[in-house]
Amino acid sequence: MNGVHDMGGLECFGSIDTTPDGLFHADWEKQVLALSLAIGATGTWNLDQSRFARESLEPSEYLSIGYYRIWLNALESLLLEHDLITAAELAKGKSLEHAKPVKRVLLAPDVAQALSRGGPTNRDVKTRALYQIGDKVRVRNIHASTHTRLPAYVRNHTGVIHCIHGAHVYPDSNALGQGENPQWLYNVKFSARELWGERRDECDVVHVDCWEPYLEIQR
Amino acid sequence: MTKDENEHTHHHGHDHDDEHSHLDPTALRVRSLQTLLVDKGYVDPQTLNELIDTYENKVGPRNGAAVIARAWADQAYKQWLLDDATAAIASLDYCGRQGEHMIAVENTPEVHNIVVCTLCSCYPWPVLGLPPAWYKSAPYRSRVVVDPASVLAEFGVSLPTKTRIAIWDSTAEIRYLVIPQRPENSEHLSESELSDLVNRNSMIGTALATPVKDQKA
Repeated sequence: MNGVHDMGGLECFGSIDTTPDGLFHADWEKQVLALSLAIGATGTWNLDQSRFARESLEPSEYLSIGYYRIWLNALESLLLEHDLITAAELAKGKSLEHAKPVKRVLLAPDVAQALSRGGPTNRDVKTRALYQIGDKVRVRNIHASTHTRLPAYVRNHTGVIHCIHGAHVYPDSNALGQGENPQWLYNVKFSARELWGERRDECDVVHVDCWEPYLEIQR
Repeated sequence: MTKDENEHTHHHGHDHDDEHSHLDPTALRVRSLQTLLVDKGYVDPQTLNELIDTYENKVGPRNGAAVIARAWADQAYKQWLLDDATAAIASLDYCGRQGEHMIAVENTPEVHNIVVCTLCSCYPWPVLGLPPAWYKSAPYRSRVVVDPASVLAEFGVSLPTKTRIAIWDSTAEIRYLVIPQRPENSEHLSESELSDLVNRNSMIGTALATPVKDQKA
């Protein structure tokens, strides 16, 4: 989706606040993190659906409300969208209807194991990788109206296959609940000059991980 | 006057009867949501405490520092880290969520690597913990790909003119860890002393490793 979250290359946001600070600015931020992880563990939606929910916020909100408020807003909208809670329950902070059955509930003794297992996204596929290391590829001019992990700043640009990561869950399908649809994933190396023009040294590079459907061979 | 005393003075005279008066609207909203989700049976309060404890106290950049120090001290380990970072890092017991697929990139006099996630905030949790605020901020995410020199300058880093810059944008579930250059005059240090030279930002690429002379005993 063409949106404000896809901000690579913008220079309008001012200087970076480099002052060291804590990981959290308030206790509620910790709760939002923990609630998001714990609800995520129920398996009601996937990581790509979470990302899609976060980047679907109003642009003015996305840019101003702060990181964990973005997570909170997305969590609430996912809970409503997947019927785990109702709007009336959210308003009251109280259960008014039977809970919807979920696949699993993460219990405290299982937290360490669940985190160390994580959620690998590599998958076995029957197809062979279309591209080989060193191949010149061009990023297709795709303007997806839904979730994608193709950043706008590489669209239409030419790079070189730097390495092949294997086949991975394809976010563009997974975010829509249309299944994992695994696709070959490549690291593509672009010259900074190709992406940003004369202002950049031709020796500098930018590496971006791109799924096969994002690419075409550059002849 | 300490910060805490200052805050106490600030609150003095306010109404202490209602504990809600000390919570901002977002804190109330989160508390209410948590009550609802516990009530529904979707989450266990002990699980929430365990998750918070994990990322506040158990996982953080000291993990990554141990990986880097091992790589500096042991050439064979460094080669393994470069060839198969996921396995090499897992051998030190760091693995799992947001670090399922790891790649290590090495800084040298010729190339300096910097990691970003322009689309959100992807970051290698098992080795670095949760990302700092600046890593998640719009100014960093947007500008480091187009003008990394200005970003490095804001972090107080200047590179030799011959050093190329390589940016790694974490657009997939691959997570990147920078191996900073080993500081000069560190030959005599033990692996544990070496790990003290590895600061968090040096493993993202917005700092160099801490010079030996600056290291606290």
